[in-house]
Amino acid sequence: MSAPSLRSRLAAQGIDGTTLLLLPGLIFILALFIYPFAFGVIDSLRPKDGGAWYANYAKFFGDPYQYGTIAATLWLALPVTIVNLALAVPIAFRVRLMHRQRLLTTILVLPITLGTVFVADGLLTFLGPRGWFNHVLMLLGILHEPLKLTNNYWGVFASLLITGFPFAFLLTLSYVSGIDPAIEQAAATLGAGARQRFQRIFLPLLVPGLAVTFCLSFVQAYAVFPSAVLLGAPAGPTRVISIAAYQAAFEQYDHSMGSAIALVMGGVELVVVVLILALRSLFYRGPAGGTKG
Amino acid sequence: MNAVAEHASPVAGVSRIGGRLELDGLRRSFGAYNALAGIDIAIEPGEFIALLGPSGCGKSTALNCIAGLLELTGGEIRLGGRRIDQLEPEKRGFGMVFQSYALFPHMSVRKNVGFGLAMQGIKGPEAEKRIRDALAMVRLESQADKLPGQLSGGQQQRVAIARAIVIRPPIVLMDEPLSNLDAKLRLEMRAEIRAIHDQIGSTTIYVTHDQDEALSLADRIVVMSQGHIQQVGTPEELYQRPVNLTVADFMGFRTRMPGRIVSVTGGEAEIEVDGSRFRGLARESLQVGQSAVLAIRPEDLVASATGPGIAATVVSIEYRGRAFFGLARTAAGAELYFRADEPLSRGSAAYLSPAPGRALIFRDDAA
Repeated sequence: MSAPSLRSRLAAQGIDGTTLLLLPGLIFILALFIYPFAFGVIDSLRPKDGGAWYANYAKFFGDPYQYGTIAATLWLALPVTIVNLALAVPIAFRVRLMHRQRLLTTILVLPITLGTVFVADGLLTFLGPRGWFNHVLMLLGILHEPLKLTNNYWGVFASLLITGFPFAFLLTLSYVSGIDPAIEQAAATLGAGARQRFQRIFLPLLVPGLAVTFCLSFVQAYAVFPSAVLLGAPAGPTRVISIAAYQAAFEQYDHSMGSAIALVMGGVELVVVVLILALRSLFYRGPAGGTKG
Repeated sequence: MNAVAEHASPVAGVSRIGGRLELDGLRRSFGAYNALAGIDIAIEPGEFIALLGPSGCGKSTALNCIAGLLELTGGEIRLGGRRIDQLEPEKRGFGMVFQSYALFPHMSVRKNVGFGLAMQGIKGPEAEKRIRDALAMVRLESQADKLPGQLSGGQQQRVAIARAIVIRPPIVLMDEPLSNLDAKLRLEMRAEIRAIHDQIGSTTIYVTHDQDEALSLADRIVVMSQGHIQQVGTPEELYQRPVNLTVADFMGFRTRMPGRIVSVTGGEAEIEVDGSRFRGLARESLQVGQSAVLAIRPEDLVASATGPGIAATVVSIEYRGRAFFGLARTAAGAELYFRADEPLSRGSAAYLSPAPGRALIFRDDAA
């Protein structure tokens, strides 16, 4: 009896011609993710001015002006993410029941197409001291002097909200509409009022999806850069971590330090994502549809 | 001091729970479309009612209106004389079983079944006992700690039934509960559902498009079509004496032969089909000369290789245990489903004659 050919042995392991289809993706990931990432790691470990391999990190964490950016960015990204989710969930619940979902969804998703610079420019005009917002409130006599809403924390906050919401909303809507409506109806016939249905049925089924939405929205917000410069106070409260990295790399021409700061940024994001996903694992994560319907 | 022992289990008494359910001029429209065009029926406590009809006939809409999941656009629903159609579903206290089972996927079987009790504020040993009893009734005691996703389709539907009956609802609503199960399981569950109904004493309203299911389960069947009730009656009444062609169609009168009324005497009429004359029970008022349809079940239209009878050619034939069943086509093109006691061959001539007293004659609405 002859041994099976190499081809059939490989096929038994699930390797055949189709496996080659992975190749373009693999090359893409290697060239545009793994290589730059490894390059950045190595670069960050070779400080410009010599010294120990960890000198860049020691410098970053030894200087409050630098390490303070971690908290400043968290202070923006976390509230924005939470507010975005808090807005997305009820709106998604309402939209789920509507017949003409598409129009509303399109309007809500529109900001995603605008780009951060355009949004920043628009907000400067709208929320600025001489903008419509302050104008109207002063005309109505609600305000006596304009509120300062740009070139500070709130300007960046508003811009992140506008660009981040469509994303959070679309994801949430897909999770909400993935729940079999009969499950809610069953809960209703068993005596659960709207509030109990939300707390006991929807929320536990949504948590895993909301966790993923949170992670993606958070990472997006944590990487804020243009709006922090254009709408914020980049020398003060909205000196976010990406600005620190930018300044090191392109103003002080210390790309090694820039890489180190970028890696710290990635590390913080990773910690938050891991935390959230760990929390998620405490909840049910199976399908939320009618199991075999 | 033992409150549990004092409390009657649903198994113990077969007392009838709740009052008479009255649907009075029930209407529901979706835009210009009338899904329910005025439904009137009174259902006695403890009855097993089947709503039977093709998809889109309004039977599920009616069930959802009774459950409170759909608002009415007209009419009233009363339970024991009290109007309930403006109550939220959670205030009605009816148990409902869905086609997709609709179990809570993140809760164990025990928690699923206990959900309705928790909503009523029933906790502790009392709740545990009732959950145990309900699971015993559907024979799932050993699966109590599993998640729904770990159960088979039949088991999931049994959990759904336990979840609906554990709250001791006056009315149990079932929306095609067996249609996702395979044929064998369907038959088993059918018997179980009827047994559970008899045990708990609730009224059951059961939606189905399967006439066998309706005939074998229900005390009374409500045949619906296009938002109207066509006929209400016991399985025997519907099976023997459907009031019109729509109901006859649902009751298995597959063969229809269009013809012309030759004579009408009392409850009977004579119809001429392709030159042959047949007698049948007149189910609607008929006049001589009128176009009409003779309807008969395949098992009552007997084919043989020699006359007399309607001449036709055998198109297909299959053996089904005791007899052969097949399809024949007349020269005029009419398709007739028949029974034969001998194996007629495909393409051969056959002569078909209705068994006496089994043919029904209806007005031909299409003519």
